[in-house]
Formats: sequence, structure tokens, C-alpha cells
Amino acid sequence: MAERSVIEAVRDGMSEMMAADERIFILGEDVQQGGVFRATEGFLDKFGPQRVVDTPLAEASIVGVAIGAALNGLLPIAEIQFADFIHPAMDQILSEASRLRYRSVGTWTCPLVIRTPWGGGIHGALYHSQSIESIYAHIPGLKVVTPAFPEDYKGMIKSAIEDPDPVLFLEHKKLYRSIKTEIPEGDYRTPIGPAAVRREGDDVTIFAYGLMLHESLKAAEEVAGEGTNCEVVDLRCLRPLDKETILSSAKKTGKVLVVYEDNLTGGFGAEIVAIVAQEAFEYLDAPIMRLAGPDIPTMPYAPPLEHFYMPDAAKIAAAIRELAAY
Amino acid sequence: MTTITMPQLGESVSEGTILKWLKAEGDDVAIDESLCEVETEKVNTEIPSPYEGKIAKLLVAEGETVKVGVPIIEITESGAAPAAAPEKVAAPAAASAGQQQGEETETFAGDGAAPPAEAPAVPEPRREPVAAGGEVQAWPPGQMRSNGAGGDRSTRYSPAVLRLAEEHKLDLSRVKGSGAGGRITRKDVMKFVDSGEAAVAPAGTEPAATPATPVAEGQEAPPAAAAAPAPQLEGDEIRKLSATRRTIGERMRQSIVEQPQAWMMVEVDMTELARYRQSVKDQFREREGVDLTFLPFIVKATVQGLKDNPLLNSQWTPDGILVKKDINIGVAVSTEEGLIVPVVRAADGKSIAGLAQEIAELARKARIRKLALADVTGGTFTVDNTGAFGSIASAPIVNPPQAAILSSELIVKRPIVMPDDSIAVRHMMNMCISFDHRVVDGADIGSFMRTVKERLQSFGADTPLY
Repeated sequence: MAERSVIEAVRDGMSEMMAADERIFILGEDVQQGGVFRATEGFLDKFGPQRVVDTPLAEASIVGVAIGAALNGLLPIAEIQFADFIHPAMDQILSEASRLRYRSVGTWTCPLVIRTPWGGGIHGALYHSQSIESIYAHIPGLKVVTPAFPEDYKGMIKSAIEDPDPVLFLEHKKLYRSIKTEIPEGDYRTPIGPAAVRREGDDVTIFAYGLMLHESLKAAEEVAGEGTNCEVVDLRCLRPLDKETILSSAKKTGKVLVVYEDNLTGGFGAEIVAIVAQEAFEYLDAPIMRLAGPDIPTMPYAPPLEHFYMPDAAKIAAAIRELAAY
Repeated sequence: MTTITMPQLGESVSEGTILKWLKAEGDDVAIDESLCEVETEKVNTEIPSPYEGKIAKLLVAEGETVKVGVPIIEITESGAAPAAAPEKVAAPAAASAGQQQGEETETFAGDGAAPPAEAPAVPEPRREPVAAGGEVQAWPPGQMRSNGAGGDRSTRYSPAVLRLAEEHKLDLSRVKGSGAGGRITRKDVMKFVDSGEAAVAPAGTEPAATPATPVAEGQEAPPAAAAAPAPQLEGDEIRKLSATRRTIGERMRQSIVEQPQAWMMVEVDMTELARYRQSVKDQFREREGVDLTFLPFIVKATVQGLKDNPLLNSQWTPDGILVKKDINIGVAVSTEEGLIVPVVRAADGKSIAGLAQEIAELARKARIRKLALADVTGGTFTVDNTGAFGSIASAPIVNPPQAAILSSELIVKRPIVMPDDSIAVRHMMNMCISFDHRVVDGADIGSFMRTVKERLQSFGADTPLY
């Protein structure tokens, strides 16, 4: 077992796959220089400019070119430098990549990975902190993954590259270097779809993903000392969504807290709430709670305001206490 | 050092009586361990400790009644204090957190009915960090508040609780709630089921596992019938206990268990009073706006009886018989919810008309459920007009802690042998009394009943109504 940070896990995963399959190539802004977060550091030397392609600052064309390459037998990994910049490519993702399989009645697929760093808490302000997952998880035909641990980052980037359909691979930028854990040796995969129960408990269930998963784990640890046992479920993947694990945990505790960093209204957590309310109603022992960012344009730059915006372990713990006491 | 205050144990309940301290000064206490038994007009309950630590000081004596919010106990906390928020910084909410207690921190209790000033309900220190950090506004604060009217939530059941109750065929009234506002949580139900208590179902419920054997008509029930589950056959239904019904049940049980009660009946000739009432009642109605019934006369006569026999206006205590100075007459009123006994305070200072007005008003308030706590507390003696139901003799049960209860029965015309041996048609009424035989004996009761009877028979044309 080796210790890896999130960024190292992503880098290793891509590198190992590229070494094994020549159809895989990377395109994006500054990827030849290693990318702003150093995800492709050393790739130019290792795989050459044919497979590590610098692009103009034009996200629609990055994704558009990648779709074309995917349809012609290659396995592109498109890097969008920050998730905040992905929106120009929305049309390519929504109207083209996600619909190709359906539109061609299954004769074509679009084996495309779009990697992009998302999330706040890094003093990145408006253009470097957005949560975009709910917008893209709304789209049928697109897979959206949001891992939290290095092991999953490596295992899921590999699964994403092998997936015949487009995958939006969301990497939380605050986790890149703040989380370093042991990951399995060898060539393994983490399947896209199943959620993972990271902590078992029978008082309150917390559903979270990305950075919020780690904050939730911290909060769960904090309230454990007060006698409240939280079950923490790492969703890992928002589409497809592991309803089975969600419902089973919700039914187990009857008290559900959904934590997400995105703006509260219409955030992805609302979908979890709806599923639990509809399919686990008779098991609920308290109103389902959401803890999310306030409905203000993400993300304030001033540190106190960013702190105010971001859900964190203390706020989560407070919400847990409220639920536990209900 | 942390002070715990008298919690609000129900809507419109403004005070509670410490029945019994379960902890003494210097005792260790764990979180959720019971500190004391508290009685209010609506509920009797135990107050769990929100802290772990040592009892520093009991601030209220047993038997003492204090207002909601009054400090009752001090606890020196030990171990991990409720986790403090890491930064008490200038988050916008922090500045106002203190003043807006009802807004920011009082998430469960006290919402709705109670004004913010009374907000500190069941102490919930584990929520304090929210206030301290002032960080709650990062998500819509107080999400739980929209989920109920607040106050007593002991009968607001979540879907999980209802499902479990059905699965285990539980009577939820037997489960003690540990949640906000006394709410029964899923875990409370599971604990109850695991404890095996659920299997010992009270009358009216059927345990899940053991099929009950129906007792055939005429067949004697086994001796343990009281504890055994009552068979619930097809078509039978269980009526849930309302708070009023539950209180009545508990009070009546307490009465019959604690007070050895004896009974006596006398008959009263109400002819003169009936005639008098007949002659003034229309005029009275016109002037006063309320009917002139026999009840104010009966209360008036009762007051006279109590003045002459103060021992009946008393209660049994371990220290002796507590003879009450005030004469506060409870008047039983039948409502849809059950029997309620509003109290006519200082009844000895009131005229017939004053009593008529006050009884009518109390009855009206009782029927629309608008009685205040003060309207139903402090009674020293109870009068029950069972004649209203057509009864000619009844054996009422003393309303504890009072010493006696008087019932007035239906007035019927009967042939009576008069002192001159003639036979006349008279308006006759039976009056029955049940009394706590620990406090008084038959002689006292006989003296009291004679006074009341004579007073009632003395009412007539010259009786002042004002």
C-alpha cells in the first residue's frame, strides 16, 4: 500500500491507463506544462505532444474536439481547467455527447472523460470555486462522479476512461493535496455507481460527496463523543445514483441530513431528499434536513465570508445535534 | 456551573411542581439521567439532565411550584463540555444570537405558542454551539420549526414511529418520549420493544407475538386479567387517550389508590328553592344574561357547610391535615374531551348572582377549551352536579388532594310525609358525598351535610341574590 494524495491518484490513474492503451490522449489548457494543478506533470515527456495536447482557451472546442475524437476511435480525456469555465461547453456536453447513444439508437457511443476541478474553500472566489454538479447530473446520458478519497480517484478515473459513455469527472480542488491516504497496489478499478458507507451508525445518516464528505466525517467524529452515532454515506457518483444504499441507510436511521457545498436551492441534495421522502417515508423519524451553501453567487472572496458560505464540520455537527435531538 | 430551568412542559402550561428530586446535592449525574419528577396541570414527567457532572445545588424544594424558566438546579459539568464552536468570530449572526434566542437557537421548543421570553424549554445544551458560533445562517436555520406547532409533542408521531407501533402492535401512550418536546423517537420505540414491556400490553392492545385468548362471555377472566392483554376482536377499536383523558385517568387512579373513601347520602327538600327559582329565573336571565340554575345555590350552601366544618376544606399530608383558609370550589363540567373541573376562587365571598355568573363563564370556557391554568388549579373542594345526567344517586371519586366531593342529584317530585303527618308532593333531591376517611369521619360529614341541607332548605322568597 502506498500513500497518495488525490492529485497523485488522478495522475497515476491516467498515466497507467495511457501507458497501457495508446488510444487514450489528453487535451486541455496548459496540460503540456502539467496543468495548473499538476495533474499531467511529466506527461508530455512520457507520452509526447500527440497525446498531450494544449488547446486554446475555448472550452466548447475542447469538448467538441474530444467528442469528434471519441467518435473516431480514440479515448480522449478533456481537462477543463476549472469547473467554473465549463459552461461554454454545455451545448457540446448536453446536446451532443450525452445524447449520442440515444440519438443513434445505440450504434454510437461517446467514450469521453471530462475532468475538471470544482468546489470552494480555497479562496478562489467567483471564478474558481463553483459547484456545477447539479446542473450536469440533471442530464441523462452523462455520468457524473464526485469521489472523495485518493483510492476512488484512481480507481474511478480508470473506470471512467474505460466507460463507453461520457463521464464528467469532478475533482474537488481542496482535496487535491489535503487528503493523502493509502491506496491499493496494482491495477484496480472502482466501479462508477455504487456509494460507499464510510462510517456506520444508527442515529443519523449523512449523505455527502467530495469535500463535504470529509467535513461530515469530522462532524460525525465530533458528535460521537456526545453519544450520537452517525452513518456517513459517500455518494461518490451522482449519476447513476446508488438509490439502494441511500434508501437502506435512510431506513436504518430514520433521520437524514444531506450536505452539499452548492447553493441550497435546487442543489443535488434536493434529489436525495426527494428520493428518501418518496421511497422511505414510513421509516422517517424526523424531517429530512439539508445543509448547503446559502443562495448567493458562489463564492465570496473575503475569508470570513467564504467561511460563512462553506458548510464545515462545525455547522454539520450543529445540524446533526438538531436532528438527533428531534 | 450550569443552571437548568423549569422547562415548558406543554402549551399554556406556565408552571411546574417539583414532586420529587431524584438526585441529591453532590450526586453524580449522567446525560439524560432523570433529575426530578415534575407535575404540571397537563403532564407529570421526569426532567432528564442535559449534562454530565455533579449536582451542585437544588434550588427548589420538593412540593414547590415554580414558573417556567425559573432556575431549579445547578450542575457542575464534567468531562467534555458541549463542544464549543471553534471560532467565536464575527459571523454576522453572532452579534444578535443572544437577543434572538427564540429565533436562532430555540429550534424545537417554544416555537409557535410560547413567546420568546418563555422559550427556554427542555434544556438542550447540545445545541448551544450553534448559538455560540453564530454560524447557523449558512443554511436555513430552524428547519425543524416548520414541522410542528411546538410545545408538547408527545403525541406527534413520525412515520417511523407509527410504522413500528403498528408492526409491534404497541400502544404509544405507554412509550416515554426522549425527543424534542417529549416526542417519541424511533429509538424510544425500539428500546421499549427490546425492554419486553411491549409484550405486557395494557387493556385494549394485542401483543404482536402471543395471540390473545378471548374470554368468552360469562366465563371468568383469569386473575391476571388486569395485566394480561385484552383481546381485540374484529370490529373492536382503540380510542387514543387525549391529554385530558390521560390526566383524568391518572388522577382518578391516584384518588382511589391513595385515599380510603367513604360515602354518605342525604335527601334535601328543594321545594321552596324550586319555587323561588321559578319566580325569579326569567327576570334573572334577562338582567344577567345567564340562566339561574340550582348550582349557585348548592355552591353557596356548600360554602356555608365548609365554613362550619373547616376540616372538609383540607387535604391529607404526611405532616398533618392541611386545612385551607381559602374556599375554592371546583365545579365539575362535562366537555367533549372529558371531565374538567374549573375552580370558583374565594367562593365564600360571592353572592348567588356572582356564583351564577362565574360558573356559567367557567363552563363556557371549559367547553371551548379556553381555560387558563389558574382556572383549573387551587380547588379545595369539588361539587359535581350529576343530577344533570339524570342520576338520583352517585358515588363520586374525590379529586385529589382534596378531602371530599359533593354530588347533587336529580330533583324529582315525590310524595313526602310532612311533619304534621300530611302527605305532600315535594321537590326532593339527593346529595351524595365521598370523602377521604383519613381526614374526616362520618360525624364530621354528617355535620357538614346537615348544614348544607338546612341552608338549601332555607332558601326562599327572602333570599338575596346579590
